Amino acid sequence: MTSAMMLQHLSLLYGNRPVLNDVSFSVIEGEFFVIIGPNGSGKTTLVKAMSGAVRPQRGDVQILGRPLRGYSGKALAQCVAMVPQVAPVDIPFTVAEVVLMGRSPHLPWMGLEQRIDLEIAERAMHFTHVAHLAGRKLDHLSAGERQRVLIARAICQQPRILLLDEPTSALDLAHQVQIMDLLDQLRNDEGITVVVVSHDLNLAALYADRLLLMKEGGVVALGEPGEVLTFEILEDTYGCALLVDKNPVKGVPRITVVPGDAIVGGDMRLPQTFKVK
Amino acid sequence: MGRSGEAGEVMGKQGIDGEIRNGKESERHQGGPPGAAMPLSASLSPRVPASPCPPLSPSVAHHPKSVPRRILVVSLSLGLVLLISLWLGLSIGSTGQNLREVFALFTGHGDPASTMASIVWRIRLPRVLLAALAGATLSLGGLVFQAILRNPLAEPYILGISGGSAIGAIIGILLGLSRFPGEALFAFGGSMVTIVLVLVIASVKLSLKQDSLILAGVMVNAFCSSVIMFLLTLTQDARLHNILFWLMGDLSMSDANQVMVLAAILLPCFVLLLLFARPMNLILLGEEMAASMGVNVPLVSLVLVVVSSLMISATVCQSGLLGFVGLVTPHLLRLLLGPDHRVLVPACILGGGAYLVWCDLLARCLPAQGELPVGVITAIIGAPLFIFLLQRAKR
Repeated sequence: MTSAMMLQHLSLLYGNRPVLNDVSFSVIEGEFFVIIGPNGSGKTTLVKAMSGAVRPQRGDVQILGRPLRGYSGKALAQCVAMVPQVAPVDIPFTVAEVVLMGRSPHLPWMGLEQRIDLEIAERAMHFTHVAHLAGRKLDHLSAGERQRVLIARAICQQPRILLLDEPTSALDLAHQVQIMDLLDQLRNDEGITVVVVSHDLNLAALYADRLLLMKEGGVVALGEPGEVLTFEILEDTYGCALLVDKNPVKGVPRITVVPGDAIVGGDMRLPQTFKVK
Repeated sequence: MGRSGEAGEVMGKQGIDGEIRNGKESERHQGGPPGAAMPLSASLSPRVPASPCPPLSPSVAHHPKSVPRRILVVSLSLGLVLLISLWLGLSIGSTGQNLREVFALFTGHGDPASTMASIVWRIRLPRVLLAALAGATLSLGGLVFQAILRNPLAEPYILGISGGSAIGAIIGILLGLSRFPGEALFAFGGSMVTIVLVLVIASVKLSLKQDSLILAGVMVNAFCSSVIMFLLTLTQDARLHNILFWLMGDLSMSDANQVMVLAAILLPCFVLLLLFARPMNLILLGEEMAASMGVNVPLVSLVLVVVSSLMISATVCQSGLLGFVGLVTPHLLRLLLGPDHRVLVPACILGGGAYLVWCDLLARCLPAQGELPVGVITAIIGAPLFIFLLQRAKR
């Protein structure tokens, strides 16, 4: 088992506010790795640090055995692809054009795509089921289609590691499963290491080989879903009443929230005076 | 699933997963675990009707495959348009139209000693070449700023960059400097100061809100205008009329040597921008995604801003303030040719050049006597378009 990514004592501050605090872990090659945690726990920043978009003040990131700072932008983009949480809404290109842009790290500056690049783009589009949309403008697509196109673009980079920041957060149930199945397939077929940030604990439990649970910039737990998603750990991390039992589909933990009992950031229950009668 | 089949055939007849593995493994030498995975189509087809996989992919084939061909076709046809425009620009003037004579002159059959020849070589040729260069520069300026600021309304004149260059140029004139390099350096300084000012006012970062950016540009532009007015009140000699006319956008005072110097400055900039066409495309996908594809966004933006400001200030020194050119041509060409900058950059160079040659022709021919400053024509065409685009952006 070789590690695709290794993070050692990563610390990062935005101004004076610590966002990541001595984070160390490694992602195994070919793994489906999901990062979970409450809002503001530093998940997005962590992924940005892993993709080289932000530079941590302390600590090291190793990608495929080489330090991140030793990579040029282009060399890094040939190994690591990223699907960010938010993309501009007004992208003027067609689906095929956007997907083909994923070839950029493999081409010289003005370089025009060769036949091989077109074939790779074509296959990426078939893989993500967007080939029939090739000529459509990106801003005319539904959220699910759009997300698949952005993933196709990332696949087109032919990365060894694919990072995705909340790829399913804007999608309905069917599309969530579709995207996660796609990523699973990508991992199985292509051996690509998949790292996903997610808010959906149940979805994470169903797909992840290993989970990383974060809170306040630090690692709370790391391990298989059964080890991380326990009642004690989750209640302590999320601060709300919940129920953990077995998922009838796969036997992984299933989390159910209990309404009306959140204690995030103090007592959030309505003050007496606001109660009806 | 057979590995022997050609990727294209497999694509057509069999499952999706076979096609991606067969093709990719051979190219990447590092494919995934070879185990027989569940076909992707099986897991997805109940929800997404698997697209009827065509035998060999008309989808991509029709679109970006043709980029090199499109660049060629667009360059050739717009190059032809530019040549015809230059020919008309050379032939039509106060002496009537002499299309055939000009053609003869350029093919070596004309009389090189005639008055006509001297008018064409000494007066009209520098003028139409300046028009073409200025049109190309300002169109490119608009294209670049619209891309890196991700704002369809960005334009050198509206952002106040032209105004800043003009201030610098006037200071240069008042100090009695030569046009190149003295005046041009002052203009470059002025344009850099204004672009920094606009960006700082609008919010420091390069990813900006549309309205605040345009507002900042309009304010800086207004400020520049008053500074120009102030500088003009200091000028009391005979140059005042010339400066005023130049400010309104004037191509008539062009002299062959200065046009050559301008071309020497601009042509390398054009080449540089051609090389940056792909990063400009990627930046349109958002800063984050561009960075994840290996584009150093801050560096690319900086280079583009500096190069554009250099081109614009050099042009302003020579041709004065020509508003809205950077708005009209990029939008028109984008409408015709799509958003790919690898096509748009050459198109803006050639098409923008042709556009300003035509504007100059109108400026020369419309009034019964004398001529209009060409800046009047570009503003009359461009300002309504700006308002239209602003309305559309609001929606």
